[in-house]
Amino acid sequence: MENVLGFVALACGLIVGLGAIGASIGIALMGGKFLEASARQPELMNELQTKMFILAGLIDAAFLIGVAIALLFAFANPFVL
Amino acid sequence: MAAAENAGTHAPTAGEYIRHHLHHLQKDFSFQNVEQKGIVDFSLFNLDSVFYSIVLGVIGCFFLWRAARKATSGVPGRFQAAVEILAEMVENQAKGVVHNAKSRKLVSPLALSVFVWIFLMNAMDMLPVDAIPTLWHGVGPDMGFNNYMRVVPTADLSTTLGLSFSVLIVCLVYNIKIKGIGGWAHELVAAPFGDKWFLYPINFLMQMIEFTAKTVSHGMRLFGNMFAGELVFMLIALMGGVWAWQFNPLTGGFWLGFGHVVAGTVWSIFHILVITLQAFIFMMLTLIYVGQAHDSH
Repeated sequence: MENVLGFVALACGLIVGLGAIGASIGIALMGGKFLEASARQPELMNELQTKMFILAGLIDAAFLIGVAIALLFAFANPFVL
Repeated sequence: MAAAENAGTHAPTAGEYIRHHLHHLQKDFSFQNVEQKGIVDFSLFNLDSVFYSIVLGVIGCFFLWRAARKATSGVPGRFQAAVEILAEMVENQAKGVVHNAKSRKLVSPLALSVFVWIFLMNAMDMLPVDAIPTLWHGVGPDMGFNNYMRVVPTADLSTTLGLSFSVLIVCLVYNIKIKGIGGWAHELVAAPFGDKWFLYPINFLMQMIEFTAKTVSHGMRLFGNMFAGELVFMLIALMGGVWAWQFNPLTGGFWLGFGHVVAGTVWSIFHILVITLQAFIFMMLTLIYVGQAHDSH
């Protein structure tokens, strides 16, 4: 039983940690491109900003789904009988 | 929090508090109190999510209707101007993505409703964590209900997947309406890899995966954001709870009160951005998916 709890705790950590790596790198790359594009063509800044927020939501989606699952395991653990 | 439990039993531990607050008020279809068995259980429904989503939908519709009824073509008042700004924003986004003016007559108001409704449901997360559950504890069990209450309908996977499934049905209807059933069936087996007979099974599989992935991610993105936000609010409330039971500044628990206020402020302000952004993203994706139903590959 303690084994199961230990593994579940590890799993939650891995889910959140690995998801965060992916999401952060994705947002960083996208943000960098946005800044470059704004510097080249400042008149497009507003349009691009709208699209940037949409993309941020999409990039964060998988990560946040992972966080929701990890929190579910942490507090309403289905592996514990 | 201890007052919320029976006098005579112990005060809830942190885990018990969170689990209690994460439990839905569930009824089966003969209106008996039941508990969910397993992750997926279709024999019952979450009464709290259904109630709040309907109430908030009616409130949203009422405000928009009021603005439309009193709309003047002269100089608009502030309320009419605000609603016009909102409707125009949604219409501009729709024009960029859905290239069929006749469809936009339905899809643009649909996107507006989705945005307003989801924003209102998400905004329930800004209420204090224990506010409505404490009120419910006073009246609910006496009326025969369970002592559970979740006030954020979009933090319930049933609600968000229901919304995204409805969007899927709208897309399927538009697919058939624009392309015709024969045309759409041909596209299902011919795209995305090519119109060769030996590619038909692969194409069909890819299309099915695409529909499933789009719908599931559409619903789960909103759920993940709202559920995580609600859970962080509960953890912050726990910090305040620990402070409330230890007034001795020499113990570490006292200073958790400051943590509660600071973390609560920061997270609330960040969450205001998140609720608006998630409602906007859901609306944009609705428009994009319906727009994709109009384009042929």
